[in-house]
Amino acid sequence: MSHIEAIGHQLAEKLKKYSADYIEVHLEESQASHISYRGRELESIGRSTAIGGNVRALVRGGWGFTSFNNLDGLGDKIELAIKQAKAAGNEKSKLAEVAPVVDIVPAGIETDPVTIPLAQKKRLLDEYNEVIWQTPKLKTSVIGYADSYQKTVFASSLGSYIEQERADISLRLSAVAAANGEVQQANLSLGSRGDFGQVQRLHQPVQQMARHAVALLSAPQVKGGEYTVVLDPVLAGVFVHEAFGHLSESDFVYENDRLLKIMTLGKQFGSSELNIVDNAAMPGLRGSYKYDDEGVPSSKSYLIREGRLVGRLHSRETAAKMRERPTGNARAVNYNYPPIVRMSNTYIEPGSVSFDDMLSDIKQGIYAKNWYGGTTSMEMFTFSAGEAYMIRNGRVAEAIRPVMLTGNVFSTLKNIDAIGDDLAMNQGGGCGKGAQVPLPVANGSPHIRIQHCLVGGT
Amino acid sequence: MLEILEQARKVAQQAEVFTVSSEETPVQFEANRLKHIQSKQASYRALRLIKQGRIGYAVTTKLGGGRSLVDMALETAQFGQPATFDFPPPTAYPQIKTYDPEIESVTLEEMIRLGQELIDMVRDYSRDIVCEAGVTKSVISVSIINSQGGQANYQRSVFGLDIEGSLIRGTDMLFVGDSESSCHPFLQAKSVARRVLTQLEWAQNRASAATKTLPVIFTPHGVASALMPALMTAFNGKTVLEGASPIGSRLGETVFDNKLWLWDDATLAYRPASRPCDDEGIPSRRTALIEAGKVANFLYDLRTAALAQTKSTGNGSRGRGSLPTPSPNAFIIAPGETAFEDMVQDIGEGLVIEYLMVAEQGNILGGDFSGNILLGYKIESGKIVGRVKDTMVSGNIYQLLKQVVAVGSDARWLGGSLKVPSIYCPGLSVASK
Repeated sequence: MSHIEAIGHQLAEKLKKYSADYIEVHLEESQASHISYRGRELESIGRSTAIGGNVRALVRGGWGFTSFNNLDGLGDKIELAIKQAKAAGNEKSKLAEVAPVVDIVPAGIETDPVTIPLAQKKRLLDEYNEVIWQTPKLKTSVIGYADSYQKTVFASSLGSYIEQERADISLRLSAVAAANGEVQQANLSLGSRGDFGQVQRLHQPVQQMARHAVALLSAPQVKGGEYTVVLDPVLAGVFVHEAFGHLSESDFVYENDRLLKIMTLGKQFGSSELNIVDNAAMPGLRGSYKYDDEGVPSSKSYLIREGRLVGRLHSRETAAKMRERPTGNARAVNYNYPPIVRMSNTYIEPGSVSFDDMLSDIKQGIYAKNWYGGTTSMEMFTFSAGEAYMIRNGRVAEAIRPVMLTGNVFSTLKNIDAIGDDLAMNQGGGCGKGAQVPLPVANGSPHIRIQHCLVGGT
Repeated sequence: MLEILEQARKVAQQAEVFTVSSEETPVQFEANRLKHIQSKQASYRALRLIKQGRIGYAVTTKLGGGRSLVDMALETAQFGQPATFDFPPPTAYPQIKTYDPEIESVTLEEMIRLGQELIDMVRDYSRDIVCEAGVTKSVISVSIINSQGGQANYQRSVFGLDIEGSLIRGTDMLFVGDSESSCHPFLQAKSVARRVLTQLEWAQNRASAATKTLPVIFTPHGVASALMPALMTAFNGKTVLEGASPIGSRLGETVFDNKLWLWDDATLAYRPASRPCDDEGIPSRRTALIEAGKVANFLYDLRTAALAQTKSTGNGSRGRGSLPTPSPNAFIIAPGETAFEDMVQDIGEGLVIEYLMVAEQGNILGGDFSGNILLGYKIESGKIVGRVKDTMVSGNIYQLLKQVVAVGSDARWLGGSLKVPSIYCPGLSVASK
């Protein structure tokens, strides 16, 4: 039994004895390694270990929270969290009912990626870097690899005791090409739930990425304006996560009547073909888990079904306050923060339109692929695609410089008029909300077509 | 620390131990009400060593167990960067005040009152505004010790106040917000509230911008969101060393308008970005970056300075747990002589940009930027007439800053590490839906 398990077991017994409406304790132990390159040179290589935890207490609707690296004197830390909660509380505590859970959830992988020798990881990255540098006109490359293995213990005054283990791997590669004062780049980012095999044997996509960066140097820039745009599964997945998913996080709406009015269940947001889901219970993805950080079992939640808003993501508190079913979406990026409402694996369900059919009646449009950057502010979004091509007379035509897409979330969802049959999940993303970043998530979608999308240009 | 340093010296030629401990108390308001009170204690220790000419590195939050930290660092040293520098020997540090003991006596009740007062002042404008606010106090202790005899430690207090308000009408959403921070505790919310109220007043009416080139005033927030990220990258010695900075080969040349002065300064008393030395133990200083439009210097840490055959400017910073890398301490643009109101009066048709939602795109290093105006206003006949929405702007920061009409006299701190005035530019490409 490890250190945190022993402490967790001792505590679990005691939590019911304190005078608070609810108390939970998180303990966490983790190991990690990372390697990064800038250009041909290794920039940073390092290893780390961490141990820490937190106590969260609820009294009269107010939350107290203490986090720490030193696990000594946990009794005092619990007392402090209760004292803080009492000072913050000013109403009745509300938490959705859930059954207490006692469970042990293994990581479900054969090899902990942190234990794979650094030499082996470095050899793989060296190969990828060599592939990038074999491309002519290449200015520089950037590579970042990181892995981690984490064990968490959760105990609550409800009587829950859950141990969960998980591993995570992320890999990002960029190729930067330059000529005549022009700089262009292409990126590849992916991840896995600890399976090192998924970041191996990528030599071919890495080569394509580098060649694309060079090709962009001579690609024309599109004229700004409204276009019919087809998004690939990666970009559509980020769109659904960023532009719609965050609006479904109930902590934004549960105490904001006006926002709630916009997000009224039953309201039509898109065509009857549109179905949007968040599903942490889907196994094996970076956003997958069995229990969230409040000990609530994960679930598949429809957010939009046949175009109508039918659900949203909840913590126990937001579910109780909105009188809805808890969905198991309270997550914390690590023990330094309390759990808040987050997405897990979010995707648009596949429709029936083939990619070729989607293109066939577009006389002139844009095919935007891959994600580069962007932000949303609930109502508005601004994204840049990593790759873009003109669509001419029903076919993907010449490459153009990466485009920026912008618009109003609500009108853009309504303007989705074709949903492909080729759902693919992307694992390269890390989600940020407040200071809690990067949280492992997966996004996905089939190809989708959007009418009247505003594209930035010259 | 000494024990780990000793263990590391037995197996490596040089070693450095960096330890941080912090205690933070955030008080958070949600939907206009007090919601969370937190207490966060955190610490970590990083070991950097040089073995057979290579850097090894490891980090842990376990301040006790030294053996595994040394072992982990040794494993990485087989592959690490070539060591191009020595850890610094004993040095005299400037006396910089960064700790105000008053912070210890600020009570939770006072922090709660301050946050509530700020929310009440903002909601006096309209009861429909929903506010999130935070009041935070923290104390951080840093110590560095290395095998060459270098040694430094300091303590810093930081007090901060921030607010974000949303005002929603139908599906029209307006977000406003501001913040303030200092090493001194401060218990009045007026200045933050006043700035938020100004945003609300200016955004009260709707206006529309034409699709064309218009004169633009970037407020301090506008300068921070649209222009500063590219400048910070361009003045970073690492970008220069990689040959990727557009100003890297232009030291001493006039690249910007001669009204522009920019420097980095970690020596100002009681500012949250100040400290006697950087995260490698190099004394803090003020480094001129733009002097009357001329490129004056770049920012370096030990490693990039060695590779560039120059000296560290005291800009070695570690993100949580990572190796030091050059990064700005506090970027400061000198205020000009023109009042903000006078800039507005000077414009027949134009925009004020307060917050720009920037989407990173291809040629960022070259200074290109574009984005959607999250909060901005239309100027007609010398007056702010209302908020603009669904409006994109795009431009190049080097073209914009080559010739500015005026630099505002309104320079102010935004968060702990940026102090900038408004900047009035003659023309920016605007596209509106």
